[in-house]
Amino acid sequence: MAGLLAQARFIVGALALIFVVAMAAPASAQQQPLSTNPMASSVKEDQLLQQMRIIDGRVSIPDRQSRNLEQPGRDWRQFQQQTLPWIAGIAILGVLAALVVFYLTRGMVKIERGRSGRVVVRFNALERFVHWMTATCFIVLALSGLNITFGKTLLAPVIGLDAFAAWSQWAKYAHNYLSFPFTIGVVLILLLWVAGNIPNKVDVEWVKRCGGILGSDHPPAQRFNAGQKLIYWVVVLGGLASAVTGYLLMFPFYATGIEGMQTAQSVHGIVAALFIAVMLGHIYIGTIGMEGAFEAMGEGTVDENWARQHHALWLEDEKSKGPAGATPRGAPAE
Amino acid sequence: MARMKFLCDADRCIECNACVTACKNEHEVPWGINRRRVVTINDGKPGERSISMACMHCTDAPCASVCPVNCFYTTADAVVLHSKDLCIGCGYCFYACPFGAPQYPKVGNFGSRGKMDKCTFCAGGPEADSSQAEFVKYGTNRLAEGKLPLCAEMCSTKSLLAGDGEIIAQIYKERVVKRGYGSGAWGWKTAYKESIAT
Repeated sequence: MAGLLAQARFIVGALALIFVVAMAAPASAQQQPLSTNPMASSVKEDQLLQQMRIIDGRVSIPDRQSRNLEQPGRDWRQFQQQTLPWIAGIAILGVLAALVVFYLTRGMVKIERGRSGRVVVRFNALERFVHWMTATCFIVLALSGLNITFGKTLLAPVIGLDAFAAWSQWAKYAHNYLSFPFTIGVVLILLLWVAGNIPNKVDVEWVKRCGGILGSDHPPAQRFNAGQKLIYWVVVLGGLASAVTGYLLMFPFYATGIEGMQTAQSVHGIVAALFIAVMLGHIYIGTIGMEGAFEAMGEGTVDENWARQHHALWLEDEKSKGPAGATPRGAPAE
Repeated sequence: MARMKFLCDADRCIECNACVTACKNEHEVPWGINRRRVVTINDGKPGERSISMACMHCTDAPCASVCPVNCFYTTADAVVLHSKDLCIGCGYCFYACPFGAPQYPKVGNFGSRGKMDKCTFCAGGPEADSSQAEFVKYGTNRLAEGKLPLCAEMCSTKSLLAGDGEIIAQIYKERVVKRGYGSGAWGWKTAYKESIAT
């Protein structure tokens, strides 16, 4: 009897123990982790992404750029892959189309009274050298630059990725190294022609009469008319803006962080695209667009009748300076 | 096929930099290049946290999108690789990468930065698997040998996980349930446009 009682007490005790353990176990499983999160106060990604554009910290390697854990790139990608190609494409093709239409309707602007046979010096050897140095660099820079934006879409499928990469490598070297003579050229252009390119009253009249582009009107102009002044300032300001942003890209992270680099590339791309579009107009008017214009920068002299038609005030100035300005074609200036 | 991903369990990272060292040693990465790095946010302050970061092998990778010579490609395992034969070292991939993963062997001197180098998920490059040419340019091809990236394999706290995205996400979720907390998979929203609910 006593043995049975002891056995019953043992079973009840065991059951009670199991009950207590069973009750306690879920309770501890629910409570314990909540009180022991050692990382509870640590920063969270979502919260950091909301607070700052760049999540950065400390790294044990001596590379400033590697300190950024996460940084913005999506906007730049969107710009680089969508916005820039569209703006550049519309600007360049738009100007090309406008020039074709203009040429077909207006044709070459002739020297109305024909050539006089007497020429006036328009650009001296230094001016022509600076112009052609800058122009040559510009053409290479423009083509190698367009290659970066449009090459993989237009050229790579034609010549294959390997050939395209090899060409792009050389194009990049040319782009980087020719930037130096180009920049020097832009600075020299700034210094050489700034005096004749300050806007004045004559330009107002010239602009009002649309520069004589429509019809056969020829508003008087000094050495440079308002259109040429516009080209001048596009070259100087566009050239300097491309140079500054270009050098930021060539010496990455010397002067700016990741967002500065992205901005530099964006500005460089847009300025360059618009620069190219404007230069297409410049090339047109200097070649097939106008009779007697190319020789100004080719041989350095223009026909007197051309000068009278397009730069009447400048011709008067040159003539008043003395007879040296006007010499018969082919005869050496004395 | 698996969709390879990295996952850094930031609650476990102790900033030992073993992943960085393992990577450099395994691939004989040149001096000055770090395919992986550990960034410590709020170092020495309350709320400090360390995260190991390398190329995340993004879905719809921005580097591939902006590359002007299309030198990037994605493998069947969704690993983002590139060809150093095509790369012209323009640096655009670095501007587009949200994680600062692309590395260049030369500091910008007249824009010659050399061929870009980055984490390959230990999967080499376009050359024949495990060839000498592949090793010289991209390092060891562990995936071709059936092994996972060394950084994660030898992580002392198993903070860094590498492998099929679904499997490592499952491992991470189980951890979070078991220990009761988790700060999420860092960089996943940016890289894969998804996150792990914790």
